[in-house]
Amino acid sequence: MENIEDTGREPILKLNSVSVSYVAGKNAVNEVSANIYPNTITGIMGPSGCGKSTLLRAINRMHDLYPNVKTTGEIFLKGKNVLQMNPMEVRRLAGMVFQQPNPFPTMSIYDNVLAGYSLNGIRLSKKEKDDIVEQSLISVALWDEVKEVMSKRGSFLSGGQQQRLCIARTLALMPEVLLMDEPTSALDPISTNKIEELLLDLKKKYTILIVTHNMSQAARISDNSMFMYLGDLIEYGNTRQMFTKPKNKKTEEYLTGVFG
Amino acid sequence: MKDKLFKLLLFVASASVLLLTAGIIYALIGGASQAFGEYGFWGFITNSEWDPRSATEEYGALSFIVGTLFTAFFALLICLLFSLPVALFNGEYFKGTKISSFVGSIVGLLAGIPSIVYGLWGFYMLRPLTIELGINAQGFGIFTASIVLAIMIIPYASSLSSEFLSMVPNNLKEGAYSLGATRIEVIQHISLPVAGSGIVASYILALGRALGETMAVTMLIGNTNNIPKGLADTGNTMASIIANQFGESDGIKLSSLIAIGLLLFIITAIINLIAKLIVKHMSRA
Amino acid sequence: MTERKQTSISYRNGKNKLIYILVCTLSFLSMLPLFFIIWEVISKGYKNFNLQLFTEVTPSSMDAMLSRANNGPIPGGILNGITGSILIVGVAILLTIPLGLLIGIYLSENSQKRFAKLVSYLTDLLQGIPSIVIGIIAYAWVVKPFGGYSALAGSVALTIMMLPMVVRSTEETLKMLPRSYKEAGLALGSSYINVVFKILIPSGFGGIFTGILLSISRVMGETAPLMLTALGATIVNWNVMHPTSAMPLLIWDFYNDPNLVDLIWSTSLLLLIIIFLLNWLAKIVARKWKI
Repeated sequence: MENIEDTGREPILKLNSVSVSYVAGKNAVNEVSANIYPNTITGIMGPSGCGKSTLLRAINRMHDLYPNVKTTGEIFLKGKNVLQMNPMEVRRLAGMVFQQPNPFPTMSIYDNVLAGYSLNGIRLSKKEKDDIVEQSLISVALWDEVKEVMSKRGSFLSGGQQQRLCIARTLALMPEVLLMDEPTSALDPISTNKIEELLLDLKKKYTILIVTHNMSQAARISDNSMFMYLGDLIEYGNTRQMFTKPKNKKTEEYLTGVFG
Repeated sequence: MKDKLFKLLLFVASASVLLLTAGIIYALIGGASQAFGEYGFWGFITNSEWDPRSATEEYGALSFIVGTLFTAFFALLICLLFSLPVALFNGEYFKGTKISSFVGSIVGLLAGIPSIVYGLWGFYMLRPLTIELGINAQGFGIFTASIVLAIMIIPYASSLSSEFLSMVPNNLKEGAYSLGATRIEVIQHISLPVAGSGIVASYILALGRALGETMAVTMLIGNTNNIPKGLADTGNTMASIIANQFGESDGIKLSSLIAIGLLLFIITAIINLIAKLIVKHMSRA
Repeated sequence: MTERKQTSISYRNGKNKLIYILVCTLSFLSMLPLFFIIWEVISKGYKNFNLQLFTEVTPSSMDAMLSRANNGPIPGGILNGITGSILIVGVAILLTIPLGLLIGIYLSENSQKRFAKLVSYLTDLLQGIPSIVIGIIAYAWVVKPFGGYSALAGSVALTIMMLPMVVRSTEETLKMLPRSYKEAGLALGSSYINVVFKILIPSGFGGIFTGILLSISRVMGETAPLMLTALGATIVNWNVMHPTSAMPLLIWDFYNDPNLVDLIWSTSLLLLIIIFLLNWLAKIVARKWKI
């Protein structure tokens, strides 16, 4: 199943037989195992309902919010089992960007970037705050566009800018891993393009998992790709190799558009 | 043809609402004119004398305005302590669950109990308590009346605020959780601010109800015509003085009571308008 | 991540748990008054809750006093209050339903017009008027011109209170019906009146009826406006132009009379039963007719 180049580095994220179920007896994610290496972009693709978002959300313990969801298996993030850690700690190590841009409407752009700190009760000096905001906005290429209007609410920004603001907000906490749940689905092609370029730049410092329903996006930016179908991890490997010579028949059918 | 007549009928029916309102305002102003003419508008509302004895007849609304505001605001404070948790319970913590609809129904039933029954309960159950706590020798007064008033407005405040809380998009809350926040932090920093103006509007509406409440207050406030200065004082509200004295009054006394009714009408209308504007401003944002 | 000065996770978790417990506790406490009140009314009211409550009129103060002196039960019942409530609320319903329906229909069809917005605003205004002020109005409009207290005056007051609720629920219900109902009806060549009364209202019956039931349950317990309008009576009265009693008015009378005061609980019990029954009925209707 795996044909990742083993560069001799330790995987930053290890999934061991991870299963998630919403309804007793029926697994939405079924015994998925995979190793994710640092500074890579891993695309997770598959048809609707295959469990890709569910898998992603298991990593940062989002399922804790919904009491009827059960997660089993092990997820090791930098050596520690995420499922046994305090969820708040997990979420500082693995940040998430959602499909629908969600800047907090009652906060200014400045405060939105720092939201991770204020929510966690971390006190910073004014200089620290200014630095973090500037760094984060620069790294998402939004700094020049908003530096004059930082005290304004974020709602007047375009969809693409809002999403970049949300990425900046996540980056401000300096997580190790970025979990992106269809981050460009709600955006126009130009914004999508900008964000894809951003991700290629960000992978120098972060490890990125990106769920996408758009296989060409996976082809464009990911180093490795996972293909999921009905909860199972069908194939996981180097993107170029998977797209040109898929090892599994189902993967080939998906890639050639036999099913959507 | 019949349709045209029918549509006209609909229009006329709706216009009757205008007539009704105009009639109400006209009747109140007409009835109050004698009192305002005699004492002047300012004079009337700043006068704390209420003396029905024919030799020294003199009427002023101040004591009752103070009594009304005092009880209503104190009731609002107490109500806040209980209705906000209920709103959080139903709109956040247990949103959509069976227990939440149970709690919501029970609290909602409080709204169905008639004011006079609240008055009876307050008289027989709370009054002895007030006496025991040493707050007032006979158990009447601002304290007792406000507590019952608070219980009466809890359902209004909590059901509306819980609706606004439940309308906070999941998307925003998940964003905060994903940054590592705890539940109360998400509530504090996201849910409450976003639902904020709606919650404020709910409490303003609850205040409006408290200002106009009659029977329960009448039975518990002690029926004295002084300006109440503390929780232990008795007094009267605008609604209770009308209820108590309307029966056999005429002449300038009747007019004074109607004038108080007019003041009550204006105050509640303004309060409700403010709440409405807040909600409208919210939905536009 | 560098260690910054921050509030510890255990503090935040602790605070989170504490507030959760606080919210649950205060919510639980908020439910208690209902049980206290119901318990009080039931435990003190069941003694006098018997057949004669429904069949006899209120005793005079004298009779009650004599009976108490002999340690006998309180004579009489609240028949005059029951029939009075039926009369006053009944007339109010007759006045409210046609008017409320028509206004609700108008508002649901014309929500964009400025006139409709004005009517809508005024309807809300009416809903917020304190009940005692409405009593003053009904006094000025009916009691004074006709020279005396009457059931009609009481009905007028209650109508003003019920109208906004019926208008709102009719309007909201009709607005929620799919556009296609009205269009399909008209496309079949039906007149507008027929579409309204044969298609729209029946389709929205659940919501409309619920609104009516709730408005009735609200005014059943109103005392203040009736004090200024219907005044009360010790006999059964069906004449709409005469002073009439009502259950809440009787409670007030009993409360003020040391000889009759024991009757307040059984009367309250009956009143609560009726109100809760109406509410429960409204819930059932709403559920059954869900669009």
